Amino acid sequence: MNRTTPAGLAGRYLTLCLMLVVMLGPIVWQLLTSLKSRQESVYDGLLPSSPTLENYSRVAESFPLFAYVGNTLVVCALAVVSNCLFASMGGYALSRAGWRGRQVVFTVLVATLMFPFESVMISMFLTVRSMGLADTLVGVWLPGAVSVLNLFIMRAAFLAVPREMEEAAVLDGASEWQRFTRVFLPSAKGALAVVCITSFMGAWDDFLWPLIVLTNSENYTLQLGLKALSGSSLVNDPRLVAAGAIAALLPMMLLFFCLQRYFFKGVGEGSIKT
Amino acid sequence: MSPAPRTSPKAGRAARRRAARAQETDHGLVHRRWWTPYLFLLPGLAMVLTFSLWPFVNTVVLSLTDAQILRGGGFVGLDNYRRALGDPAFWTALTNSVLYTAVVVPALVLMPLALAVLVERKVPGIGFFRSAYYTPVIASAVVVGLMWQWLLRSDGLVNTVLVRLRVVAEPVPFLTDGTLLLVSAMIVTIWKGLGYYMVFYLAALGNVPRSLHEAAAIDGAGALRRFLHVTIPSVKPMMLLVGTLSAISALRVFTEVYILGGESGGPGGDSRTLPFLIREVGLGFAGETGYAAAISILLFLLTLVFSLLGRRLSKGDER
Repeated sequence: MNRTTPAGLAGRYLTLCLMLVVMLGPIVWQLLTSLKSRQESVYDGLLPSSPTLENYSRVAESFPLFAYVGNTLVVCALAVVSNCLFASMGGYALSRAGWRGRQVVFTVLVATLMFPFESVMISMFLTVRSMGLADTLVGVWLPGAVSVLNLFIMRAAFLAVPREMEEAAVLDGASEWQRFTRVFLPSAKGALAVVCITSFMGAWDDFLWPLIVLTNSENYTLQLGLKALSGSSLVNDPRLVAAGAIAALLPMMLLFFCLQRYFFKGVGEGSIKT
Repeated sequence: MSPAPRTSPKAGRAARRRAARAQETDHGLVHRRWWTPYLFLLPGLAMVLTFSLWPFVNTVVLSLTDAQILRGGGFVGLDNYRRALGDPAFWTALTNSVLYTAVVVPALVLMPLALAVLVERKVPGIGFFRSAYYTPVIASAVVVGLMWQWLLRSDGLVNTVLVRLRVVAEPVPFLTDGTLLLVSAMIVTIWKGLGYYMVFYLAALGNVPRSLHEAAAIDGAGALRRFLHVTIPSVKPMMLLVGTLSAISALRVFTEVYILGGESGGPGGDSRTLPFLIREVGLGFAGETGYAAAISILLFLLTLVFSLLGRRLSKGDER
């Protein structure tokens, strides 16, 4: 069964490497470009002849890169905290039976999954503007403060908690809040990590909503800043744009390589609920 | 990863009710005050109602008015929808979005499956390859767009190589020709989606019983025939799910076109997609909120067609 001939194995690795070039090529190319010095032509060789980090410092000098990163981190932090807290609380309620209106709430939540963001973004903006939050970071964060998907991920995790554990806690005299924080939350750490990572990544990578909400460039998030960097006619330099792009990608890659299994888990859990 | 919500709604509801009843009766021990679930749910539900349900209801209402960004409007019936049907810009955007879906969906249903089959076997170093293929997924659409922009510009890497090798005399206008720009954006979307849907298929492939493959092999089926007659039928539900998900996200494409083609959406706005048009029409000082809302509802209906279609097909499959 599944005899592996040396030729077959070699062919497999050859295909794997070929796909590696396709999938990582553009990213590696950007990385190499960002390391090339100003004296060197961008297209004359693959490897930079004298690798330099000057493009990174030039981006930071000519562009408020750190301010943008700061703004992005504010949105990310708010999104992570609110999603973890509210999605686990709401998911806990959804996982418990025996309260009136449960079916209605479920129907509403599933229905909202059907609305693509792009088809409600205009009136979402009107709502945010009427709250006086246009052109603020809070306005960027608030609509994504709790995602319905996260509610369902947490609900699924709480449903998997054995009933005996809950009953034991009741017998020990734990209140509902204590049961939630001491029994249910610790059993749902994996799901909580998924919620944490997806909301961080969502806030870090988002572009269209910040583009709608923010007008003043002082409030820009990193992705808006990057777009502005590439669009400004002053910096028509592929090395600078490459440095900016790599700087924006690097934190996500670090996160990904450290916490990989949660990324893959998140994809699976999301798919059940769509 | 079975398509749980895709069972027939009636049976599903009955099963849920049974499960709920069982839970309630079994739960004699756990008493709670009647209002605690509501307290737990309150913050999350309030957010969802304010930023998802209300905007949708409001979009429906706005689409029937002539509201503008700086003033409310009066009721105009279906005028906005009638206007869209006579608006060449709407038809261009609709054609682009539908074309985008028609190209991207088959590619994203088939190519990630091939990729998943390639990385399924646990040969040494496979973890590295899987992670590497997933890397474009974690990059933001802006970063990905910028990378490809510098590859595809008239003075970019691809054109430099093509011209130096004398494959073409003039740089190919990947980003300045309306059609080519759309094709470029499709390539970027497919490239970014490969790793994402690969993970879906990996999970599905893991559920294919090994004995099926072995039986087929004993019957003398080669690798290709085993793929066609064992693998494909067993991952068919996942293919439907991937098809539905990728269709909906293809209809929602905005950033790729915006980064590659610039703020106008290609030359003369020829490459605008529906979300592109919605943003352009609805925002800015002269934003026509009412008209943009009507286009939004049409976009919603289009995505709804695909979700219902996916559900319908997978239901027919189970019978």
